[in-house]
Amino acid sequence: MLKIENLHATVGDTEILKGLSLEIQAGEIHAIMGPNGAGKSTLAYALGGRPGYEVTAGSVSFNGTDLLDMDPHERAAAGMFLGFQYPVEIPGVSNLQFLRESLNSQRGERGEEALSGGEFIKLAKEKAALLKMDMDMLKRAVNVGFSGGEKKRNEMVQMGILDPTLAILDETDSGLDIDALRTVGSGINAIMRQPDKAVLLITHYQRLLDEVQPDYVHVLAGGRIVKTGGPELAQQLENEGYEAIAEAA
Amino acid sequence: MTLAQPLPTQKDEAWRYADLKAVETIWQAVDAPEPIIVDAGQSAQQLLVLESGDARMRQLHVVLEEGARMDLACLAFAPAYGRIEIDIDVASGAHFEMGGAIVGSGEQTLEIVTRVNHHAPDATSHQTVRSVLAEKATGSFLGKITIARDAQRIDAEQSVKSMLLDRGATANAKPELEIYADDVKCAHGATVGELDKQALFYMASRGLDPQAAKRLMLHAFVAEAFVDVAADTDGVEEQALAALEALL
Ligand SMILES: Nc1ncnc2c1ncn2[C@@H]1O[C@H](COP(=O)(O)OP(=O)(O)O)[C@@H](O)[C@H]1O
Ligand SMILES: [Mg+2]
Repeated sequence: MLKIENLHATVGDTEILKGLSLEIQAGEIHAIMGPNGAGKSTLAYALGGRPGYEVTAGSVSFNGTDLLDMDPHERAAAGMFLGFQYPVEIPGVSNLQFLRESLNSQRGERGEEALSGGEFIKLAKEKAALLKMDMDMLKRAVNVGFSGGEKKRNEMVQMGILDPTLAILDETDSGLDIDALRTVGSGINAIMRQPDKAVLLITHYQRLLDEVQPDYVHVLAGGRIVKTGGPELAQQLENEGYEAIAEAA
Repeated sequence: MTLAQPLPTQKDEAWRYADLKAVETIWQAVDAPEPIIVDAGQSAQQLLVLESGDARMRQLHVVLEEGARMDLACLAFAPAYGRIEIDIDVASGAHFEMGGAIVGSGEQTLEIVTRVNHHAPDATSHQTVRSVLAEKATGSFLGKITIARDAQRIDAEQSVKSMLLDRGATANAKPELEIYADDVKCAHGATVGELDKQALFYMASRGLDPQAAKRLMLHAFVAEAFVDVAADTDGVEEQALAALEALL
């Protein structure tokens, strides 16, 4: 589904990703772990096409098409979802309006018919319930005045509504208490653990991986994947720390 | 009745951002300010949208008697040069509420000028102005608030925000406070900004195309101007949104 080859990316004038390669097949959940500053968010942003995150070499293909050739909104319409480490506040724009327009814009891009107001509300209610989020929060302005945990939960409600084929979730676990972590974890499983979908979970804690069990765990250090293993690698990282493992690799 | 007054110059505070060449073309034809008196205890609503043309100017003189209330929505987007100028006298217990929006592009010069005169105690005024300026447009708000010596316990507020969409656009926001009473609340804030790039990327990552994302943000921004105006402002807002559409 996603094939990243020798990806180099710079932020400002600094090269952050230095030849990162990674392949994800449909039906798989991959975790990327790594110390602060390793370049995890840079990877997510480069894949999302954020301005200022310049890909200087390498290639990314998404379901056979050149991802890097697409604008950010086209990547979304093609089925990619980016869960933000720091979700952005949009004053004055209600969550529901934002999501309905986003969804219909994606559908339009794909040549599908727009959802009616009623159909959309039904969908939104269902996904809000899945993530145990109050519908009133969906009527409020996007992320404005939300706690850190509420913002992350809102990211997952958005993911549920937009129904992507590939989710790249950047530290969706940070800022969540134990109960919220469970809810978000089971939300990710319900929405994304399907044979035709895939997830790239970016985290630096084991705890989300207890809820959403990955098929593969990668260690990102120095702008590259330095080690790949199964779920046991996450446990090893937790026990021994990144440094020991990055150095041994 | 026309104004038998000398043409203003750039040295006049209230005209410093005006397009005086355009003003000159209409100066002889400009009517005296339209008087609006709101009787004691009454409420009035007023909508004011400048028409299109080379130069348009509308002046109101609002007198709020004791306990009266005026809700005013005004909009400048159509003329090449446009000026809305409002004088308000606020008696005891009265409230003046104004929402103003400026949407400009090209070489337009649009301005809203208000002078709120709190000559009596225990009254309130609240003004919200939102400007969106593209290309080489200039949008200005000059808001003067005078609070007389005996006008205690006045609460006068101004919130002025401008959004510049292009480098060549200019926003002027000039609050002017003349306060002679000591027990007053006078809050004013003016900001000039651009579209939030982080928000634009966030919206794009959800599938909104750049134009739709801008539209959502600008609509929300301009709508803020009219939130507190207790009048049917739908028509004014629709015109403002249509004007924004041309900037996307
Ligand atoms: N916008 C930016 N401007 C300058 N440097 C940045 C920016 N974003 C990230 N960096 C730098 O890039 C490196 C990787 O950051 P990031 O991808 O956020 O790491 P991680 O998500 O793994 O903690 C860090 O050294 C960080 O300081
Ligand atoms: Mg990060």
